[in-house]
Amino acid sequence: MAKNTSSSAFRKIDIDQYNEDNFKEDESEQSIPTGPDEGEVCALLNQYRFVEALKHVLNNAPLGSSNQQIKDNALTLTLKVLLAIKSAQIEEAVGTLSQDDIDILMKYIYRGFEYPSEGSSGHLLLWHEKAFNIGGSGSIVRVLSDRMTV
Amino acid sequence: MSQTLTFGDSCAPITCHAWNKDRNQIAFSPNNNEVHIYQKEGSEWKQTDNLVEHDMRVMGIDWAPNTNRIVTCSVDRNAYVWTQGDDGKWTTTLVLLRINRAATCVKWSPMENKFAVGSGARLISICYFEKENNWWVSKHIKKPIRSTVTTLDWHPNNILLVAGSTDFKVRVFSAYIKDIEDQPGPNVWGSKLPLGQLLAEFPSAGSGWVHSVSFSADGNKVAWVGHDSSINVADATQGKTVIKLKTEYLPFLGCIWISNNTLIVAGHSCIPLLYCHDGDEIKFVAKLDNTQRKESGGLSAMKKFQSLDRQARIETSDTYLDSIHQNAITCINLYKGTKADAVKFSTSGLDGQLVTWDLRSIESLEDLRIH
Repeated sequence: MAKNTSSSAFRKIDIDQYNEDNFKEDESEQSIPTGPDEGEVCALLNQYRFVEALKHVLNNAPLGSSNQQIKDNALTLTLKVLLAIKSAQIEEAVGTLSQDDIDILMKYIYRGFEYPSEGSSGHLLLWHEKAFNIGGSGSIVRVLSDRMTV
Repeated sequence: MSQTLTFGDSCAPITCHAWNKDRNQIAFSPNNNEVHIYQKEGSEWKQTDNLVEHDMRVMGIDWAPNTNRIVTCSVDRNAYVWTQGDDGKWTTTLVLLRINRAATCVKWSPMENKFAVGSGARLISICYFEKENNWWVSKHIKKPIRSTVTTLDWHPNNILLVAGSTDFKVRVFSAYIKDIEDQPGPNVWGSKLPLGQLLAEFPSAGSGWVHSVSFSADGNKVAWVGHDSSINVADATQGKTVIKLKTEYLPFLGCIWISNNTLIVAGHSCIPLLYCHDGDEIKFVAKLDNTQRKESGGLSAMKKFQSLDRQARIETSDTYLDSIHQNAITCINLYKGTKADAVKFSTSGLDGQLVTWDLRSIESLEDLRIH
């Protein structure tokens, strides 16, 4: 008879790999953007063209990229932009974004919460409030459900 | 405008519900292995039967209006067809689904000569009655489904079937059974229609599980809702391009067409919403529930135990929502009228309530043109 042990290692065995018609994520057909251009974003920031910088990082977000390095670089750059924009200007900046951009912005806000720096979380909460006013619960749900992560 | 029906003193969630043709009987499952049948007597609803044959949670119920047969499917991997004898009692026949995972949804075809069952076994069983052997047999649609089938709907021509799945895709298949049907002619979705033929596949990059699908009354359009809070419509006469609207609400669990270009969606936000498909966009029309917060008249012991039962809460804070449904709506059915011209529909949900909604009176109250 089988011995009853407290070992639960068997639960970690990936039995699905032995299934031949195992579910695999779709490989995205369209080419994944390589992320925002750091030089351009910094140039825009230096000229105080914050909204343009924000749009640049959101439109070039490496959604669904499998390269963690590219994603991390884009996150760092996006957080730089988000933190550069002053509290009073957030609402105006959010107002110029499209619905899709709001969803991407929300993804970056939640990613930003994962890597807090001095004063960043409070500032991101402000961003969250303004983005939520436009995107509603739907945009938060999409952060959770969407496989095209940032 | 809307009417809440209560059945017995149970406040268990209602998994799904189905009406008979005359709408004086209802079958629903109180989130367990049983299916309760209630009949309307005067203004009261009385339980007439309790169908206990499944031994795990019932996932789908459908009541064929004309042949008066009920089909149920469950996590125990079985489906049963129930027929009513002359004494009013329901008797059951097992259906051979040949699946090794839970059955998740079931729908009679419009002509009621077959039904489809979706399952976690990544396939759809199309079931029909075989006279020679006196039992229900099934044929499988397997490819290219790659995950659990969560929802199904039949085309009005009795041949095509749309299925939504947890691989984020919606697919239109032919469910033509040559043993019982004449060769179908071509339609807008395709002309070659052997069983299992894939006629359309709608990908939705990275979005959530598909919760509900619906064919429009003319069968040219498919609508679906997913866990990314989106509403999608694809029109076969417009090149099958997908029109997607990302909403600001919590995800929807049900959708149904109520005219050729309006649809109702409902889900985790507890409120049914009306949307309209117009050209290449989907537009918000109205909230169908504008209930205002009730004045809370103190906290009675009754209320306390109710909230303990319904929401497993003991704290005394007021958690009443500004809507009739107090928890997610999981099922929408037509109550009066057809998909081309619905007059009333019913919703049920996790709060154990079943609500019927009158679109005509909502129309006049909100000054809307629905039809």
